[in-house]
Amino acid sequence: MSTSANDITPVNAQIAAGMPNEFLTFTLGAEEYGVDILKVQEIRGYDTVTRIPDAPDFIKGVINLRGTIVPVVDMRLKFKLGKAEYNEFTVMIILNIARRVVGMVVDGVSDVMQLTAEQIRPAPEFGGVVNTRFITGLGALDKRMLILVDIEKLMSGPDMALMDAASQSLQ
Amino acid sequence: MSLDLARFHKTFFEESFENLETMEQALLCLDIAAVDAEVINTIFRAAHSIKGGAATFGFAAVASFTHHAETLLDQMRSGARPLAQADIDLLLRAGDCMRNLLVAARDGAEADVRQVAEVQAELERTLLTPSPGAPAGAPPAADGVAVAAPAGNGWRIRFAPHPDLFASGNDPVRILRAVADLGALRATPELPADLRLLDADPETCHLSWSLHLQGAVERDAVQDCFAWVEDECELLIQPLPAGMPMAAVADPVSAAQPLPAAASNPTRVEVAARATRPANDGASIRVGTEKIDALINLVGELVITQAMLTQQAAGLDPVQNEKLLSGLGQLDRNTRMLQEAVMATRMLPMEAVFSRFPRLVRDLAAKLGKQVRLVTVGEQTELDKSVIEKITDPLNHLVRNSLDHGLEGPEERSGAGKDATGTITLKASHQGGHIVIEVLDDGRGLDRRKILDKAQEKGIACGDSMSDADVYQLIFAPGFSTAAQVTDVSGRGVGMDVVKKNIVALGGTVELSSTAGRGAQVLIRLPLTLAILDGMSVGVEDQTFILPLSSVVESLQPLAEQVKPVADAGKVVRVRNEYLPLVDLRDWFGLPGARRLPQQAIAVIVESEGRKVALQIDELVGQQQVVIKSLEANYRRVRGVSGATILGDGRVSLILDVAAVVRLSTQAAAA
Repeated sequence: MSTSANDITPVNAQIAAGMPNEFLTFTLGAEEYGVDILKVQEIRGYDTVTRIPDAPDFIKGVINLRGTIVPVVDMRLKFKLGKAEYNEFTVMIILNIARRVVGMVVDGVSDVMQLTAEQIRPAPEFGGVVNTRFITGLGALDKRMLILVDIEKLMSGPDMALMDAASQSLQ
Repeated sequence: MSLDLARFHKTFFEESFENLETMEQALLCLDIAAVDAEVINTIFRAAHSIKGGAATFGFAAVASFTHHAETLLDQMRSGARPLAQADIDLLLRAGDCMRNLLVAARDGAEADVRQVAEVQAELERTLLTPSPGAPAGAPPAADGVAVAAPAGNGWRIRFAPHPDLFASGNDPVRILRAVADLGALRATPELPADLRLLDADPETCHLSWSLHLQGAVERDAVQDCFAWVEDECELLIQPLPAGMPMAAVADPVSAAQPLPAAASNPTRVEVAARATRPANDGASIRVGTEKIDALINLVGELVITQAMLTQQAAGLDPVQNEKLLSGLGQLDRNTRMLQEAVMATRMLPMEAVFSRFPRLVRDLAAKLGKQVRLVTVGEQTELDKSVIEKITDPLNHLVRNSLDHGLEGPEERSGAGKDATGTITLKASHQGGHIVIEVLDDGRGLDRRKILDKAQEKGIACGDSMSDADVYQLIFAPGFSTAAQVTDVSGRGVGMDVVKKNIVALGGTVELSSTAGRGAQVLIRLPLTLAILDGMSVGVEDQTFILPLSSVVESLQPLAEQVKPVADAGKVVRVRNEYLPLVDLRDWFGLPGARRLPQQAIAVIVESEGRKVALQIDELVGQQQVVIKSLEANYRRVRGVSGATILGDGRVSLILDVAAVVRLSTQAAAA
């Protein structure tokens, strides 16, 4: 777990600055990513998905989430990370972004971590699967490296094809 | 401060529009011959609340205009002005102006100043000239105690505040000072005889007053002083007898004595009115539609969970699990009842629509010089709020049409041996899962010949051999209008096709029938709600799709020789001398899996806007009602899909937008 759980003051400063300090981490291929925990609604297993016509292959379809229809994106397909298998261990992170609900299939969910401002480094130009535009920083944790993603920006981008052009311009 | 008030603006406008409705309806049911004091009171109260609210929220234009209407109403209420038809008409128009002003205030737009000024001027004129036949002065309300006196002498006022007057922040002293500003005032306070000052609650108002106001003061001016406490006191304003000097009324006992008696009668009416009002307020509460929608969603979930439990329990041993199974049975019943009850909260009675027609018919009949009686049947039939909102305009149009084209003038009717007064009937009823709305008139009926001639002239495809029903349907063709001359009532030719389009968009149908010389009938059939769709579920591969049942014509298993390829673009299937494009839903939705030959599949023929397409599917699953859910809430619009629903097993199923599929596939075939 986090090495700096007792280090309260910088965390408070971060909260004051409006920066996320708690992250849900997940793996995509060999890389470890972190998203702001406040954007995460829940984590659930992979359900039967209803396919949608006219959608890119990484949009698996829609599921019924307690009465609302929620689209599901497979990040492994989106970032072309080898085979995307669906079994009882496949997990889906349900995100709450821009007043919408989106499901995201990833390789695995690992942890919830707290990061202090010192632990977050600026993102260099590098060749991760996620476009650098969406990376807010890199989190250093002992020997691990977390790639921090602005999931809201990523999901509402036009190449995700999750929203109508009209609602994109509203964002 | 203004920010604080802005929060209440929405409520104010909602309430004001409701008050206007109340006012209009009450005005329409006023019978000049037999005046019901309670009805006039209702109208007055409605106008008064609008004025009060408008003044509070700073909508000065609304408040000052409403004031004039209120003054006229007050004269009627007090009996100073006998009821005249002209006054009622004027008040109706004043109501329209108030609505315009309110709309303008709400939207921050400009009101039609000219119209408002016109009506206001007329109101002022009416107020100045006492209506003919009115007694010289104001006949007092009840038992004729007071003598008729010309206004200008002064007023005798009895003011008895309710005990809880202070709680509303009103101070009688301030009111009395305001009255004293108007002229020479003599106030005589009265204490209840049984009051013991030591025990008296200081926050209760024990006093009442007899006031004598001398001088040439308008009744309105006096009334205005009490405007804020009108609902919280017993108030009686009577003119002072002519020539009565101050000294003559000096003895408070003798002067005040007859007053309570005189006051008792009107007071009783007031109290009765007040007793009924809170009951109405308590009977309904204002709830946002999004809250109800959330409730409907949750109940939908509950139904699915319950269905899942029942399915799981089906395999259990009924002897060992008797209690569990009977509990599940109970859950099943309760869930269903809960669902019905929740769906019912979105339902409104048809009255909400029908109530606007008396006014419309009355105005139109006057304009066209026709005598019309409007009959409404089945106002209590309930319909989903969203459907009600969307059916109002089409109905409006149909009633206008009936009045303008259907009904004859009085002479023509008498000549034909009919009652000179025509009848338009609006009827609503439930039939199965649908609501049927009929617009009937006993006019001249539809003229088959005229319709055919007109259609030919307009270049609409038709023929003499067509059935009556088909001929009547021509009326719904775009650009069709049979009115000999264009009037501002109807006949611009944009009407009926829009009516039909709106009704079809609601998932409904419209039929016309007619008997020459006896009248015409328009029959509209609508689904009860827009939230639920009658659907046919069809299976393709592992997916289930819903086709709106209203667009399904038939289904069949095509024979090999019925299916013909067309170039390399696609296939057509021949059904009874018609070649229909065959659309494989597997291709349309890009589903994996091997294609089947048409003869091994099933073709469902669907129709939209008069064009048919055959959809190739794997199997017919069944017919069911589905709850429509939005795809766009979290995703985006999808071509060929109008929405989604959740099946009994919790899976999502897409609802096909038949109109789009037909349009796109016939376009593709044409290209």
